[in-house]
Amino acid sequence: MKKQLTALAIISSLGAAPAMAQDLDIKITNLTNAIHFTPFLVAAHDSSSHLFMEGSAASSSLQAMAEGGDISGLSTDIQATGGNVVENPAGGLLAPGANTSFMLMSNDGNSQLSLTAMMLPTNDGFVGADSIDVPTAKGTYTYYLNGYDAGTEANDELITGGGAPGVAGIPVDPGSHAGTGGTGVATADSNSMIHIHRGNLGDSNATGGSSDLDSSVHRWLNPIAELVITVN
Amino acid sequence: MKHSIKFGAIAIALGSTLLLQGCNDNDNNAASDRSFNVEVTNLSNHQPFAPVAAVLHKSGYDGFSLGAMASDGLELLAEAGDPSGFVAEASADNMVLNTVSGTGVISPGGNETIKVQGNSPMPRLSLAGMLVNTNDGFIGLDDVDISALAMGESLILHARVYDAGTEANTEAATDVPGQGGEGMNAARDDRDFIAVHPGVVSMDDGLATSALDASHRFDNPAARIVITRTQP
Repeated sequence: MKKQLTALAIISSLGAAPAMAQDLDIKITNLTNAIHFTPFLVAAHDSSSHLFMEGSAASSSLQAMAEGGDISGLSTDIQATGGNVVENPAGGLLAPGANTSFMLMSNDGNSQLSLTAMMLPTNDGFVGADSIDVPTAKGTYTYYLNGYDAGTEANDELITGGGAPGVAGIPVDPGSHAGTGGTGVATADSNSMIHIHRGNLGDSNATGGSSDLDSSVHRWLNPIAELVITVN
Repeated sequence: MKHSIKFGAIAIALGSTLLLQGCNDNDNNAASDRSFNVEVTNLSNHQPFAPVAAVLHKSGYDGFSLGAMASDGLELLAEAGDPSGFVAEASADNMVLNTVSGTGVISPGGNETIKVQGNSPMPRLSLAGMLVNTNDGFIGLDDVDISALAMGESLILHARVYDAGTEANTEAATDVPGQGGEGMNAARDDRDFIAVHPGVVSMDDGLATSALDASHRFDNPAARIVITRTQP
C-alpha cells in the first residue's frame, strides 16, 4: 500500500500539465520529544527549483537556515524563481507536540511544495521536505518528514550560541534541558552533502561529558514532523 | 495532476490488454522489454555501502522477508559486503529477469546508477547492500512493483536499514568489515530472522567494546533510490 501510494505520488510529477493556482490548507505538527523547530519556510515552486536536495551540497542560504534558523536567504532564492512562500507560520518556534495551520496560495505552474526549519538543539539539523507533488484533487493528504543534516557543521553538540554560518556550536536549547561543560562529540561530518541526520548523541552528565545535550531527552527517530495538506 | 495519474494507469491497462491480444506469450514480446536506471544515493553520515545487488524480477521471487531467516547469500552480503551469493541465488530463480551488482563502494554522499533490464510487462525490483560499519546491516528494497512507470518516468524511494539477524551486533573491530574485521562467518549467533536494524550503539554511547563512534550512528532512511524507466 505504501509503495503504491508513493508510486502514484511520484508518477504524477512528470508529464503533468502545469498546476493550476491553488489555495492549500497546510498543517505542520512537531512529532519530537524535545526538539524545537525554528520559523518554517514553506514554498510552492516549479519542478526545477529546490530549497535543498538529498545527496547534494547545501546552498549558502540552506546553511544559514540549518545552522542558525535564518530563512531569509532561502525565501529570496525561491521567490526569485517565481515561488510562493509562507514565512514563519507559527509566529516563532514550533515546540515539541505543537502544530501550526495556515494557508499557502500557489500560482500556476508551482506544482511542488517544499519546506525547511532548523532543529534546536542541533548543530545543523533541519526538518525538510523537497518537492512534494502538490495534490490537486479534493481531499486530505498526510506526509511524514525526516530530520536532515546539512553537512556543513561538525555535530559537536555544544551550546555556544553559535548560529552564524560557519560558526561552531548550537545556538540554544529553547526547552532548557541542555547541560554545560561538554568537551565536544564530533569533528567534521563524514558526509558533507545533505543527508539523513544520525540523531543527537547526548550524554547523562549535565556539567561535563562530551555533549551538552541530554541523551534521555534530546534524541529522536524519524519521522519528526507530520505535514497535512488539505485541498478544498 | 490527479487526472494524469488516472490517464497513466488507464494507458498502461490498455497497453497490457493489447499485448495480451496480440501475443499469448507476452513475456517474449519485444514490447515487454523494460529497462531501468536505479540510482542509489548514500544518505548516511559514515556508513559506506558495499556493492549493491539489484534484482529485476517478476512476482514470486523473494530476496528477503522481514521476520524470516536470511538466505546464505543474503548472510554473505550483509556480513561481508559480498553480493555474489545473493546474486547467484537470484539468478537461479525462474522469476528473476536480471541481476546486476554495483561496481564498487558507495561512500556517504555518493551515488551509483545501476542499469537493469528484462522482458516482462510486470517488472518488480529488489535490492540490497551492506552498511560496512555494522555487523550485518543492509539497506534493502523488497519487491517493489515498478510496472506502472512509463518511459522517462521516475519513482523516488527511500530505503531503510535492516538487520540480517545472522551475526550478533558486537560492533567489535574484529567483526565489522569496515573496521578491518572479519566478514562472513557461517555461524548464526543472533536471532536469525530479518528485522529493522536497531542502529549502532558506538563507544561514544557506552559500549566500551565497540569500534564505532558517534559518527557511525544512523537513522532511517539511509538511502535515496530513484528508479527511472529508460529506452531498452
